[in-house]
Amino acid sequence: MSSAAKQNPGAVALRCTGLHRSLGQGEGRVHVLKGVTFEARRGEVCAIVGPSGCGKSTLLYLLGLLDQPDDGQIEINGALMSNSDDLARTRARGEHIGFVFQFHFLMLEFTALENVMMPMRKLGRLAPEAMQARAHALLDSVGLGSKTHRLGTQLSGGEQQRVAVARALANQPAILLADEPTGNLDGKNSGLVFDLLTHLAKEQGQAVVLVTHNPEIAQRCDFTRPMRDGVFV
Amino acid sequence: MSPNLRIAYRFLTAKKRAMFMSLACTILGVGLFIVTQATTSGFEKFFTKTILGINGAIRIEDRIQDTMTSMAAAGSADFYIVNREGVKYIEGVEEPQRLAEAVREFPNVRAVSAVVRGNVQITTSFKTEDAQVFGIKLEDHVRVSDLEEQITAGDLETFRSATGGALVGRVLADRLQLAVGDSFSVAARGQSRALKVSAIFETGYREVDKANVYVLLPEARSLLRRPTGATFLQVSLHDPTRAPRDAARMKQILRHDAKPWQEREKTWLDVFRALRISTMITVSVFTLIASLAMFNTLAMIVLEKTKDIAILRSMGYERKDITQVFLWQAGIVLGIGAALGALFGYVVTWMVEQVPLSITGIFKTDHFIVVRDVNHYLAAIATAVVMVMVASLIPARRAARLEPGDIVRGTAQ
Ligand SMILES: Nc1ncnc2c1ncn2[C@@H]1O[C@H](COP(=O)(O)OP(=O)(O)OP(=O)(O)O)[C@@H](O)[C@H]1O
Ligand SMILES: [Mg+2]
Repeated sequence: MSSAAKQNPGAVALRCTGLHRSLGQGEGRVHVLKGVTFEARRGEVCAIVGPSGCGKSTLLYLLGLLDQPDDGQIEINGALMSNSDDLARTRARGEHIGFVFQFHFLMLEFTALENVMMPMRKLGRLAPEAMQARAHALLDSVGLGSKTHRLGTQLSGGEQQRVAVARALANQPAILLADEPTGNLDGKNSGLVFDLLTHLAKEQGQAVVLVTHNPEIAQRCDFTRPMRDGVFV
Repeated sequence: MSPNLRIAYRFLTAKKRAMFMSLACTILGVGLFIVTQATTSGFEKFFTKTILGINGAIRIEDRIQDTMTSMAAAGSADFYIVNREGVKYIEGVEEPQRLAEAVREFPNVRAVSAVVRGNVQITTSFKTEDAQVFGIKLEDHVRVSDLEEQITAGDLETFRSATGGALVGRVLADRLQLAVGDSFSVAARGQSRALKVSAIFETGYREVDKANVYVLLPEARSLLRRPTGATFLQVSLHDPTRAPRDAARMKQILRHDAKPWQEREKTWLDVFRALRISTMITVSVFTLIASLAMFNTLAMIVLEKTKDIAILRSMGYERKDITQVFLWQAGIVLGIGAALGALFGYVVTWMVEQVPLSITGIFKTDHFIVVRDVNHYLAAIATAVVMVMVASLIPARRAARLEPGDIVRGTAQ
């Protein structure tokens, strides 16, 4: 359990200021993010909403340290990360950030259980048996307790999505970034996943940021940030 | 198992075809490398052994003439002066005992034998043949040649003890229809006498087997009317590869012409060298093709895994972890491939050795000759290590450098 996260509910876990990002080469270069400022606090669930193509995923990659901004700053737990080297950003990803991709990326040659254990193995904080137990518990909580030994290829899109959520939670990150985590799920399962995320935020003081097109989900978040054309409105 | 090794293993076993492809390349590469090495050097080594077994590593003959004494030497009936490339030589060795002692001082020298040689005619009731008679001291000569192993009929004991005995080459014996125990007459310098075949030898080198007749030194001296001196000294070395250097020093110090076997057998050795170069080219071309195939497969494996690389990187796996995963993959392929390749090479080498092949002329064999040298195996594996590591390290490092966000967006390249 990340004790720091639990200690300071309401503290800023993630802050970005004046983020700019352009994508593409030459003529086709597009100014996608045009000065985004945003913060996420522990214990809060925040929804980013907006039309397709407005730059939600682009922003989330930057916040998840998977990409580097052209301009602006990103702080993770108070440490300035936007200008750090690859190793520091990689370590921060492993320790502090859980990321759910929009297109549920699982490693298909591995079982659901192995996928969830993958980040834990790298971090090496737990003993192997404890990792296994935790992975089982996480898969249980997303309703996949009976399919832990299925390979990625043997799971449906929604099931893969849920494994991806469980995997993002594996190292108990202070910050959880989820790009449409309920996009492929039916009402029951999207409720399940959403409840899990809010529960974690309240119980363990995690900062949860999710992108969603689902107004119902957005409404149930602590607050909603609408985005349009690369800026929050 | 370390997480990276575990991932590498799973990646590899999930891509069975690519794995077998790269394994096959490694096995074939290592195996054929070994086989070609074993088969090319086999005949050359055997030829070298054969000629060293006949004529030793160095032959010392013909004293280099000091210009001031040329007149005196010219007076002797037994010696005459030859002029080669501006240096004058007096044929033969005048004082073999003293010269042999001086030769033995060289650290690399194993043994020395003084030989008296002369042209003779050999007559049996069947016919007459030209031959060369070699007068030897048996104890000395077996230490500078493989004479003992070359005997195919009769034995050296009879030759050593009986007077008037001779060792006759296989081809000559066949031509004259001579068998062990038969008598023949030998003529030289207008006189002739009877000798008896003590044993028949076969070196496999036709020129030798059809002309050489060995007799004991006193016999040769009286037959050839040469009471002192020797025609040449035959020298064997501990390390025959150093013969050219030793010969050069002997020539300088002993003031006698000294020829190393490499110079003596240059013609054939050049043929073998040409052969070796041509197989080397074949092997290099093959190695290149195998490693290109290898490179292709490994690069493909990496490319197919860019999405997984992005996932791993997003979970906190570092660049060096990614590189390690693919190096482990290469390592697994390499480990299995090198082991199986070495085994494959060994088996094929053995099979090649069973191929019946009858060769006489410059050596004698009835099967394909191979050499098993652990260095061939080490060289093959070292080549494979370099090839596989280069083939996997380059794409792996490239993949590790990609920004995960770029991969996920699909703009990475
Ligand atoms: N490689 C690229 N080159 C140029 N433009 C790009 C590239 N990738 C994305 N874009 C553009 O960047 C903008 C933002 O993309 P992004 O994926 O962040 O949108 P989004 O808000 O997540 O949309 P969605 O809701 O459909 O997932 C889009 O207009 C897209 O066309
Ligand atoms: Mg998106």
